[in-house]
Amino acid sequence: MLDWLARLGRQGLLLTTALGRSSIFLFQSLAGFPKSSEALTLWLRQVYSVGVLSLIIILVSGLFIGMVLALQGYTILVDFGAEQALGQMVALSLTRELAPVVAALLFAGRAGSALTAEIGLMKATEQLSSLEMIGVDPLRRIIAPRLLAGFVALPVLTIIFTFVGVWGGWLVGVDWLGVDEGAFWSNMQSSVSFREDVLNGVIKSLVFAFVVTWIAVFQGYDLVPTSEGISRATTRTVVYSSLAVLGLDFVLTALMFSNL
Amino acid sequence: MRNQRWVEVTVGAFMLLGFAALLFLAFKVSGLAQSSEQDGFEVEACFGDIGGLKPRSRVTLAGVTVGRVAAIDLDFQWFEACVTLQLDKNLANKLTTDTAAAIQTAGLLGDNYISLTPGIDETYLAAGDSLKDTQSALILEQLVNQFISNSSKD
Repeated sequence: MLDWLARLGRQGLLLTTALGRSSIFLFQSLAGFPKSSEALTLWLRQVYSVGVLSLIIILVSGLFIGMVLALQGYTILVDFGAEQALGQMVALSLTRELAPVVAALLFAGRAGSALTAEIGLMKATEQLSSLEMIGVDPLRRIIAPRLLAGFVALPVLTIIFTFVGVWGGWLVGVDWLGVDEGAFWSNMQSSVSFREDVLNGVIKSLVFAFVVTWIAVFQGYDLVPTSEGISRATTRTVVYSSLAVLGLDFVLTALMFSNL
Repeated sequence: MRNQRWVEVTVGAFMLLGFAALLFLAFKVSGLAQSSEQDGFEVEACFGDIGGLKPRSRVTLAGVTVGRVAAIDLDFQWFEACVTLQLDKNLANKLTTDTAAAIQTAGLLGDNYISLTPGIDETYLAAGDSLKDTQSALILEQLVNQFISNSSKD
């Protein structure tokens, strides 16, 4: 009984220290980021590797999710003679929920795991220590550009995801299933509000970007520097960020849309 | 990693793509500004009640879509809803001036649309004319109410 209690206490202490360490880590790397042209170059390189290189998977999955939404929605709505509300259904579910969440999950799998593995390998091969040795702060040089790149890249990817998804829904609904084009767009425009739906979706994706990048970078920085440690940390990145995204999504939805 | 120039160009294109997608979401999906197509001619029709008619709703003739609702305005003199219809330019000078416009519902719960019925006059509609013979939308709840109040009198 006492053993069990002690184990629980140890877990709690570990969790709290990890949280504290990661917060200090986040604060130090963001506070010390220099605003020079060299820092901009580092940041651009990271936006390229987490944003531009994730573009293909975002485009393809956005297109297919939009198409599937339209197809499924049509088969249900047509029973009620309400297939003209298809545009509204596709656009609302994409802007409010699917685009921020799915883009964040894909981002965690595609870019988050890569970030963890890259930083973890730098730590395992003692590149971070040698940077410190020659007087360069690895938090500023390695971590901060990656964090800031992730914060910017995921919201942009989410907006692109929504755009491609709506286009995919249009492709299936209007071009293939023959929903009236004017009704598709007019129902969408009358029900989607830019501030309530589009901007709230972007705010969601900003929160997800913050959480996913933070988890990915911290797991890489904090891992046990062995090959097994790297593989574990990469797995943890994907699992933790997926859980955090899904949990936070519920909280954000409850805050944003419960009174609509 | 590719060279610096390539990185800068692709990141710039990535940002631009995101911005273009945001503009699409703002204007096409959430309809911040309505853009109207300029081909076609416009006529006006005033209704006592337009029900659930919206801008960009369909205008049909014999069941074929021949135009869109361009705008809906309130007439402050008679308190009627004046609907601007944008019709196919092939119909210019072919519809008679006594063409009737009725607001119909697609199915029981579907969208409202305007159906046109050609008349027998010798003169033809041109751009800017208004339709005199109009029929308001049938509101299902009002019909049900009438039916209930009529049957309770018996």
